[in-house]
Amino acid sequence: MSPLRRTVLWALATAAVIAFVVAMGRMAIGPAAEEAARPAPGAVGLPDVLFFLLAAVAVGGAAAVAISRNILRSAVGLLAALLGVGGLYVFLSADFVAITQVLVYIGGVLVLVLFAVMLTSRITEVAVSNTSVGAFGGILLFVAVAPVLAAVAVLGPWSAREPAPLAPTTRVIGDALLTRWLLPFEVASLLLLATLVGAVVMARKEIKVE
Amino acid sequence: MEHEAVHGLEALAPIVATPAAWLRWVPLLPLLGAMWNAALGKRLQARLGKRAVHVVAVGVMTAAFAVAVVAFSTMLGLEPEARFLEDSVWTAAVADPLRIDLGFALDPLGMAMVLVVTGIGTLIHVFSIGYMHEEPAYWRYFAYLNLFAAAMLTLVMADNLALIFFGWEGVGLASYLLIGFWWRDRDKAAAGMKAFVVNRIGDFGFLAGLLILFWLLAGAWGTGTAPGSAGPTLNWRELRDQIALPGTGVAEHLQAVRLLGLPALGLVGMLLFVGAMGKSAQLPLHVWLPDAMAGPTPVSALIHAATMVTAGVYLVARLDFVYALSPTAMGWVALVGGLTACFAATIGFVQTDIKKVLAYSTVSQLGFMFVGVGVGAFWAGAYHLVTHAFFKAALFLGSGSVIMACHHEQDMRRMGGLGKVMPVTRWTYLVATWAIAGFPVASGFYSKDEILWKAFTARHLELMGVPVPWLGPAIWAACLVAATGTSFYMFRSYYMTFTGSYRGAVGGHGEHDAHGSGHGSAEDHGHGHQGPRESPLSMTAVLVALAAGAVLASFLGLPAVWTGHEPALERWLAPSLTAGHSVPFTEFPHALEIAFQGLGVLAATVGWLGARALYAEGRSHAPEALKARFAGAWSFVNQAWRVDALYDRVVVRPSVALARGLSRFDGVVIDGAVNAAGAIGRFLGRLDAAIDAHVVDGLVDGVATVTRRAGGQLRRLQTGRIQTYLYGALGGALLVVLLDFLVP
Amino acid sequence: MISLVHFLVVGGLLFTLGLVTVATRRNAVGVLMGVELILNGANVNFVAFGRYGPAATTGQVFALFVILLAAAEAAVGLAIVLAIFQTARTIDVRQADLLRE
Repeated sequence: MSPLRRTVLWALATAAVIAFVVAMGRMAIGPAAEEAARPAPGAVGLPDVLFFLLAAVAVGGAAAVAISRNILRSAVGLLAALLGVGGLYVFLSADFVAITQVLVYIGGVLVLVLFAVMLTSRITEVAVSNTSVGAFGGILLFVAVAPVLAAVAVLGPWSAREPAPLAPTTRVIGDALLTRWLLPFEVASLLLLATLVGAVVMARKEIKVE
Repeated sequence: MEHEAVHGLEALAPIVATPAAWLRWVPLLPLLGAMWNAALGKRLQARLGKRAVHVVAVGVMTAAFAVAVVAFSTMLGLEPEARFLEDSVWTAAVADPLRIDLGFALDPLGMAMVLVVTGIGTLIHVFSIGYMHEEPAYWRYFAYLNLFAAAMLTLVMADNLALIFFGWEGVGLASYLLIGFWWRDRDKAAAGMKAFVVNRIGDFGFLAGLLILFWLLAGAWGTGTAPGSAGPTLNWRELRDQIALPGTGVAEHLQAVRLLGLPALGLVGMLLFVGAMGKSAQLPLHVWLPDAMAGPTPVSALIHAATMVTAGVYLVARLDFVYALSPTAMGWVALVGGLTACFAATIGFVQTDIKKVLAYSTVSQLGFMFVGVGVGAFWAGAYHLVTHAFFKAALFLGSGSVIMACHHEQDMRRMGGLGKVMPVTRWTYLVATWAIAGFPVASGFYSKDEILWKAFTARHLELMGVPVPWLGPAIWAACLVAATGTSFYMFRSYYMTFTGSYRGAVGGHGEHDAHGSGHGSAEDHGHGHQGPRESPLSMTAVLVALAAGAVLASFLGLPAVWTGHEPALERWLAPSLTAGHSVPFTEFPHALEIAFQGLGVLAATVGWLGARALYAEGRSHAPEALKARFAGAWSFVNQAWRVDALYDRVVVRPSVALARGLSRFDGVVIDGAVNAAGAIGRFLGRLDAAIDAHVVDGLVDGVATVTRRAGGQLRRLQTGRIQTYLYGALGGALLVVLLDFLVP
Repeated sequence: MISLVHFLVVGGLLFTLGLVTVATRRNAVGVLMGVELILNGANVNFVAFGRYGPAATTGQVFALFVILLAAAEAAVGLAIVLAIFQTARTIDVRQADLLRE
C-alpha cells in the first residue's frame, strides 16, 4: 500500500472511531447519566485500597502484555495480570478459584507459554512483535471498545444486592461439580484427553518415509 | 394596317372527307424498315451480305410509293373539292375541348409532296446501293434513311400542327444522324451538331408561333363564337374551315388582335417562318446546309435538296390561309427569300468543292421558293419545290457519281474531262443544269418564271404593317440577278468537271489531300489505280430517271399565257391552296408576261455564256487572273461572307463561355452546397460515432471497469490474516451496538 | 466502596487490553497471551456477578471451567504454534496468510 493511501485510511478509521465514541457518549451517557442516581461514595477503607492495588497490578500487567515490544516482558506482564486477578478473586470470596487460577493458569499455562516463547524465538531478538499497525491500531481499538464496556458497566441497571459475608467455597464447589455440574465436568475431562492427544500429535515432527 | 384580305375564303364550306385506313402505311412502312434494319441489320449483313439490308430498305420505300400511287388514283376518282383522305389512328392527348390526334390526312398538296418524297426517295435508296457499296455500316445507313423517310412522310401527311411538329423534329433528328454518319471524323460530327443546333433555333420560332396561334384561336372562340363552331383546334383542315366560315368571327378576330404593337397574325406568320428559316436554310440560319455536305452524297440529295429543306416551304403553303390574312408576314417571307437567293448565289461563284456549289445553289433555290409562297403565289412555290426536287437530286447524284469515279475527290480543280469517260453522268448533269438555269424545255424555267412574274406583280406586300408596293418588283430584280448567277455558277461547275482534261491524280494518293469537307476514313479504301470510269447501272439508271423527271415536270406547269388555261399543277393544288385566290396580284397584260419570260431566258443565257467563256475546256486563265486581282473580295465571298465567323464570335463563344460559367457555378456553388450538406451529414455521423464510442461504450465499459476495480479492491479484505478478520468482526459488533442506540 | 461496577470495569479493561493484544501482536505466542487475558477478563466478570448476584456458586464453577478450557486451549494453541514454527521457521502471524484472496 502506498503511504498516502495508508494515511488516508488511518485518518478515516480514526475519524470513524471518534465519531462513534462521541455519538455513543451523547446518546448513551447523556440520558442515562441524568437518570442514574449516584450512590454516595462513602468512606475509603483499607479493602478499597487493596482492591485498587490489585486492580492496578492486573491492569498494569495486561497493559504490559499489550504494549511491550519484548515477548518476555509480555510474559512477565501476563504473570502480573494473572496474579492480580487471583487476588481479586479472593476479594470476591472465590478462594478455590483463586488458587486454581494460580496453580493452573500461572503454574501451567504461563509456564507453557514461556516454554513456547523460548522454543520459538531467539532471545536476543527484541523487535519481534511490533509493527506500524500495531500501536495506532491498538490505540484506536482501545478507544473504541473500552468506553463501551465501561459505559455498560457503569450505566447498567444491575440489581446489586448486599453481598454475603466472605466464606470458604471449596466444599460448595465440589458439591456442585458432582451434582449439578456433573455432565460438564465429565465432558471437560474428555476434552482434556482429546487436547492431550491432539497437542502431542500436532507438535511432533514429521516422520519421514524411508 | 392590315388589309381586308379575306375575300374568297367564305366560299369554302366544310367538306366531305373520305376515310382511308390504309393511309397510315405510307409513313409506317419506312418506319418498320428502319426498325428492322436497326435491330437486325448488323447481324443480317454479316451473315447474308449487304443484299439483305437494301432489299428490306428499298422494298419498304417501294411499297410506300405503291400505296401513295393508290392514294393518288383514289383521289383522281374523287371530285376536286372532295379530294380529302383521312385516317385517324389514335387520340394522343385530350385537353377539353382540344384534342390532339395521331391522324393522317391527304389533300392534293399533301399528295404531291408524298409522291415526291416516296418517288424520289425510292430512287435515291436505289442509288445508295451502288454509292455506299463499300461502307461497312451499310445497315445503319439504310436504317437512318428509312427513318428519315418515315419522319418526312409523317410531317407531310399529318393532319394537325402538333403532329407536323413531331415530324419536323423527326426529320431534324434523321438529318443529324445522317450528316454525322461518319462520326469518327470530328469535323463531320461537328457538322451534324451544327445542323441540329441551328434547326433548333428555328424550331423555337416555330413553337412560339404555334403557341401564339393557338392562343389567338382560343381567344377567338372565347368571345362569342358562332353556334356550330368546333372550338380551338390544331387540325389544319378544321382551322382553315373555321377561318373560312363567315360568322365565326375567327378571321376578323385574328386580324384585329395586336401583340406588342404588331398585328398578332403577322407575328405568328413571322415566327412560323423562323422555323421554316431554320429547316430550309434561309438567311441567317443557312449556315448548316453547306456543312451538311459532310454526309454521304445521296443524303445530301435526298434530305438537303429534295425533301427536308422543302418542309419549310410546305409549312407556309399549308398555312396559306394564315399568311393570306397578313400581308406583313408575306412581305417578310418574300424579303428573306429574295435576300437569301442573292446571297447564296454570290457564294456559289467562288466555291471549288462541287458539293458546296450545289449546297449554296440549294439555299438560293429555296430562297426562290419562299419568294413564291411569300408573295402569295403558293402553287408556284410548290411547283418550284417539285421541279427543284428532280433537278437538284439529279445534280447531287451526278456529283456523287463523279466523286466516286474520282476516288472520293470533291475539288473541281482536280476534275475535268470526265465527259468523255462518263457519258451518262455527263448528259444527265447537263440536262439538270439546263433545268436549274431556267431554259425552256426543262422544268426549272416554268417554275422559276412563274415565281418571278408573280413577284413582279405583287404590290400588296407590307413590312411591319407599312405597305411597301415596290417590294415585289425589287425582289423580282434581285431574283433576276440571282438567276443569272445561278446559271453562271452551275455551268461553271459543269465545265470544270466534265470538259477539258483530267487534272486529278491517277493511281496515287493525291486525292487524299484535305479539301472541302474532308473525307471520313470509312470512305477511303484503296480503289484501283485506274482513272475515272462510268458508275454502275444502279446509279446511272437513277440519274436518267431523275433527268427525265426534270424534263417531264414541265408539263405540270405550262403557263397560262401559252395554253390559255390554268397549269395542271395549279389546278390540282387549288382545293388545298384556297387562299391563293384571295391574294390581290396586280393585273398586267400578257405581252408583258411573255416579255418577262424572255428576260428570264436572257439572264440564263448571259450566265451560261459567261461560264463558257471562263471555264469551258479549261482553256482560259481569266479565272485565276480575276481571283488574283480581287483576292480580298474573293476570299471574303469564299468564306461565305464570314457569316460563320460572325456567329462564332457573337453566338457560339458567349454561349460556350456562359456554359462554362454555369458549369463552374454548378461545380462550386451548387456542388459546394451539396458537399456542405454532405459534410454536415458526415460530421453528424462522426459525432454520433464518437458519442457511441466514448459515451455509450464508455458507460458500458465503465460498468465493467467499476465492477472489476471494486472487485480488485474488495479482495483486499481477504488478507488471510486473522487479525484483519478480527478487526472486521469488532467493527461489525460496534456497529450493531451503535445501531441499537440509533434505531428507536 | 467497592461495588460490582468496579469489578466490571476491571474485567472490561482486561478484556479490552487482551483484545488489543490479539489484534496487534505479530508473535503468535503473544496472540495467545492476549487470548488468556480476554478469558481472564470474562472470568472476573463471572465471579463478580456470582458474588453480587443470586448464584455465587454458579459463577465460580463457570470460572473454573473457563480456566480448565483456557489451559486446554493454550496447550493446543501452542502445539500449533510449534508446528508452524517447525514448517515456516517463523511465528509471525502476518506470514500465515495462505488463505488470502
